[in-house]
This record gives sequence, structure tokens and C-alpha cells, in this order.
Amino acid sequence: MKKILEVNDLHITFSTYGGEIKAVRGVDFELHEGETLAIVGESGCGKSVTANSIMRLIPSPAGKIANGEIIFKGNDLAKESDKNMRKIRGVDISMIFQDPMTALNPTLTIGNQLTEGLRQHKNVSRKEAEQKALEMLDLVGIPNPEERLKQYPHQFSGGMRQRIVIAIALICEPDLLIADEPTTALDVTIQAQILELFETIQEETNVAIILITHDLGVVAKAADRIAVMYAGKIIESGTKYEVFYEPQHPYTQGLLNSIPRLDQKGEKLEPIDGTPPDLFSPPVGCPFTARCPHAMFVCEKVYPLRHEPSETHYADCWLYDERVHTPNLMNKKEETT
Amino acid sequence: MVRYILKRFFMMILTIWIIATLTFVLMNAIPGSPFNEERTSNEAVQENLERHFNLDEPPIVQYFIYLKSIATLDFGPSIKKPNSTVNDLLGRGFPISAELGIIAILVALFSGIILGVLAALRHNGIIDYLAMTIAVLGISIPNFVLATLLIQQLAVNGGFFPVATWQSPMHMVLPTLALATGPMAIIARLTRSSMLEVLTQDYIKMARAKGLAPYKVVIKHALKNALMPVVTILGTLLAGILTGTFVIEKIFAIPGMGKYFVESINQRDYPVIMGTTVFYSAFLVFALFLVDIAYGLLDPRIKLHKEEGN
Ligand SMILES: Nc1ncnc2c1ncn2[C@@H]1O[C@H](COP(=O)(O)OP(=O)(O)OP(=O)(O)O)[C@@H](O)[C@H]1O
Ligand SMILES: [Mg+2]
Repeated sequence: MKKILEVNDLHITFSTYGGEIKAVRGVDFELHEGETLAIVGESGCGKSVTANSIMRLIPSPAGKIANGEIIFKGNDLAKESDKNMRKIRGVDISMIFQDPMTALNPTLTIGNQLTEGLRQHKNVSRKEAEQKALEMLDLVGIPNPEERLKQYPHQFSGGMRQRIVIAIALICEPDLLIADEPTTALDVTIQAQILELFETIQEETNVAIILITHDLGVVAKAADRIAVMYAGKIIESGTKYEVFYEPQHPYTQGLLNSIPRLDQKGEKLEPIDGTPPDLFSPPVGCPFTARCPHAMFVCEKVYPLRHEPSETHYADCWLYDERVHTPNLMNKKEETT
Repeated sequence: MVRYILKRFFMMILTIWIIATLTFVLMNAIPGSPFNEERTSNEAVQENLERHFNLDEPPIVQYFIYLKSIATLDFGPSIKKPNSTVNDLLGRGFPISAELGIIAILVALFSGIILGVLAALRHNGIIDYLAMTIAVLGISIPNFVLATLLIQQLAVNGGFFPVATWQSPMHMVLPTLALATGPMAIIARLTRSSMLEVLTQDYIKMARAKGLAPYKVVIKHALKNALMPVVTILGTLLAGILTGTFVIEKIFAIPGMGKYFVESINQRDYPVIMGTTVFYSAFLVFALFLVDIAYGLLDPRIKLHKEEGN
């Protein structure tokens, strides 16, 4: 499997009247062909900002990539010119948004919105573009594509619209598809259909997918690997099985305990108490300290060293460091207070 | 579609009839008559004249004579300009008024939209502040004040443009400016705010994510949606420009319909009052109809006719 994306030490800040928001604070991950990486985490943890930065679609001048690299097929997108970025967007990297009801332009036909990207980037005639559009509608499972091309978004249901959005994203055959909560606005049966569609498409085109969601059910169904984000950092990452069955970070454990499970009837669901830290002045140590049931002195003082139970799995947490168990050095918080 | 147009057409006729009737009632309520200022008039002459113009008939009979003249589109002779019929006056005045009005509305639309779009794209930048300052000035200065200012500064003092009348393109500049600035300002403000809203929409982000060129994102995706509210106020703006032409034509001594209209009221020239009023209202009602059609064409969600559901 070829590596197509590598994000290193990505920092993104927004300057606002209130000060500088550090929305993403040193994120690393990589992605291979045909792979699906799920980024999960609470609202506001920086998932969308990370995704948008890969497309270089963070609103400027307020938001900027303060540091880091986004290596896509050998080029650093963080340093790419706007003009070159336009040649990458929609062609090599595509994006799907959360709400299919608002992602399509109400005043243009589906056909127009499907073909315009193709016509912008590839040297194709109108006929060829339309032919390709028909194929795409067929691929995403829209019946009567010929008729449908001439229709407007309001003539489609929500699920159909999301299929169309996916068709638009895939029409130039990108290598990377970023889906920012693609099923959040849909009802459960449609959600399942859309996830199946992703699977089919991935089998056919070998596209890599970044799937952003806070629905762990979606992750379980669609992801190969999982990155758990918290307050602008990836605090745990591993294969789906590693993260689901051997969660290392207390935050990941908390997330998993807060969803209902069929095989553990009667056990109480435990929401994680408290709220994420303020991103104007994020804590120097582990950002989860304030909410962590295992918090120690060291946690709020120093950011944890990486704990790597396997080659594909890591978590940023002090709990697994031998030294914290040395008495009088960094003992448990509750013992001393 | 045909049903809709027929229905609208019927409503238009009804509207014009109501306006015509109101005009008739109001016209008869103004004291005075076309003839009571004549210096030399004696009783006999006046009676003859009144008979000639059917003014001796009871009002209800006059009303029907008048409705008939509307229906046949023949408003008869002017009382005060014995050599011209009302239709002559309309034929002479309308092209000039239409020219002034159309140029003004085009100038207002184009400059207003461009100003609004630039302001939105450079939100909170220098162009934005400049454009909105112009817009606020344009909205708050009445057109007759602006007209006088323009004449004084650019025609009398500056000598760049002729002071009045309507003969060459140079003559048209000042009246057009005076007439177009107000509507332009309104259009600019509306375009700006609606553009700012549209630019935050998901489909704009989606268009950017497709890698479209910036001008395509702005013109094809944003502008078309941002212009919807502008189209809805187009009717009101048209009415504003239309009434504006009365004043502007008067100030710049432009021999358009507005001039005849104002004169006819002052002189109680009943056939001309009726003719111009009915003509103006028919024109406006028709323009509003066109605006509605345009809105339907621009926004596919609005259906002008019933369609089997989907
Ligand atoms: N345009 C912006 N201006 C200022 N701050 C922003 C902007 N966009 C995002 N942020 C900040 O960045 C942080 C991360 O936002 P982001 O949208 O990535 O969250 P998210 O993880 O996608 O959440 P959600 O699950 O709600 O979509 C937030 O705290 C937010 O305040
Ligand atoms: Mg988000």
C-alpha cells in the first residue's frame, strides 16, 4: 500500500478579537491508498479544521497553518500556492460535507453541478462530461440518471442529495476523499446505505478516505484506523480493533463507555463529566487532566510521552510510564491532597 | 404556465381598472375646471367647450365615456393643447421617458450590483467602507437635491455637462445620475448583505472544494443566489424610478411623459391626466409581472404553475 498523505506536527490558529485560538496543536497522521482513517472526538476538538486545512480551505486571513507539513503525494500542501491548490482540489482531493440539504446550490441543476468540476479540470467536451456524470449517478445508486441530471436539488430527498454530493466529489477520481460527518444529518437507515456506498466505492476506486465523525457506530462500521482527537491533539491512534478493544487513553475509554453496547446489558452508561479546555490558552500538560479519573500531578505539568503498545497503536498518557509509579516523585494526585 | 399568465393578465386588467376609477374620482374632486382660468371666456363659449368635451354630462356618463376611451386605447384630444391628441402626447413623451428610465435602471442595477459584490468580497476592507459610504449618501440624498447639486457643480460651475434638456449622450449623464443614484445605493446595500450571507453557505465551500476558479465561485454560485432579494425589490425600485422621472424631467426640462403628466394636473387637462395615469399604471403593472416571471426563472424552487409532484 502506497502512502499518499502524511501530516506532520500540524498547528492551526485563528486570530480573533478575543485572542488567538489554537484549534489544532501538533497533529500527525498518515494515510495509505484504499484506507479509511476515522477521526473522532468531541465537538470543537478540531476535526473539521484539520480536514479543511488539508484542502487549504480554512477561512483566511483569520485562520492559518502556523506550523507543520501536509505531504500529499510528495508535495507539501501547506506551502503550495493558491493556484496550484485549485488544481488539487476536486481532482486529487475531494470533500464531502455534513449537511446534504445545504451543500448543493439550489439554483443550478444537478447535471451542472456534477460536470462543472470535470470541465474545469479535465479537458472534456460537454457530451463526455455528461456521460461521466451519468456513470457517477449510476455508481452512487440514483435511478433514472438521464432525467435526474436536469433536475434541481429541491427535487431530491436528503439521502439522494448526499449520494449526489458523493458523486460530485468522486467525478474527477480523486486519491483522497475527506468526508466531514457525511452521515450525521441523515436518518439511520440512510446512514447505513451511505456507509455501504463508501465501501463499494473504495473497493472500486481504491480511494483513501478520511472519515470525520463523533458517531462510534459509524467508525465501527467503516474505519480501518482510528485517530482520537482531544483539544486540538490526537491523543490516541491505532487500528480499529486496537482502539475499540484495547483503548489506552482514559479519554478513549470514556468515549467507549459513553455509548450503549448490546453485549453488556444492564451496565450503566457513563458520560464524561466536564468540558474540554479553553483553546485560547490550552494547558501545557495533558489537556484531559481536569476530567481524567486517573489524573496525577505530572499530568498537568508536562505533556505525556508517547506510549506505544504496538507498532500501529499509540496513546499520549502518563499512566503507562514506569516512572510515575515511583513514590514521592509523581504520585497520584488524590493521595497527596 | 398559460393558466398562470391568463390569471395574472386578468388581475392586471382589474388593477388598471381600479386605478383608473380612483383617478377619475380624485380628478373630479379637485376643484376647478380646465376652462375657469380663461380670461376671455363668456358663458356661451364655455358651455360649447364643455359640451365638446362631454363635461356637461353627469359624472357617471363621463365615467363610462372615459372607460370606453381606455378600452379603445383612444384618449381623445387634449383640452389644453388643441392640436394634439393624448395619444400624440404619449407617443412623443414616452420614448424619451422610457430612455431616461431604462438607462437609469440599468446604471443602477449594474453599478449597484458591482459595488455590492466588491464590498462583500472585501468585507470590512477599504472598498467595503467606501462603497457603503456611497450607498448611505445615495439613499439619504433625495434625487431632486442631488439633481440641483449636480447641475450646480458639474454643469454651471464645472461646465462638463449641459445644464438641461435631452439631446445628446452628454445631456443624458446628469439626469441619469440624479435618477439612478438612489436605487443604486439600495441595490448595493442589498447585494452586499445578501452576498455576505450566501458566501457563508455550504454550497460555496463545496464550489471552492471543487477547485473552481474564484470568479466562477463568485459569479456562478454566489451571485445568482445573492440576487434573489434584489429581484424581489426590483418592482418597488421600478416604481421609484418611474415617479423619479416626473421630478427629474421637470428639473432638467426633459420633454418626457412626466412633464405632460405634471402639466396636465396643474391645468386640469382631464383627458391627459387620465391617459398618462392609465399608461403609467399599465406600464408599471406589466413590469411587475415581468419581475415575477424573472424571479421564477431565477429560482427553480418557485413554480409558476402546478406540476405533478415528484
Ligand atoms: N473560522 C473560525 N474562527 C475562529 N475559530 C474557529 C473557526 N473555525 C473553527 N474555530 C475553532 O476551532 C476549534 C475547532 O473547530 P472544529 O470545527 O474543527 O471542531 P470539530 O471538531 O469539527 O467540531 P464539530 O464536531 O462540532 O464539527 C473550535 O474550538 C473553534 O472555536
Ligand atoms: Mg466539524
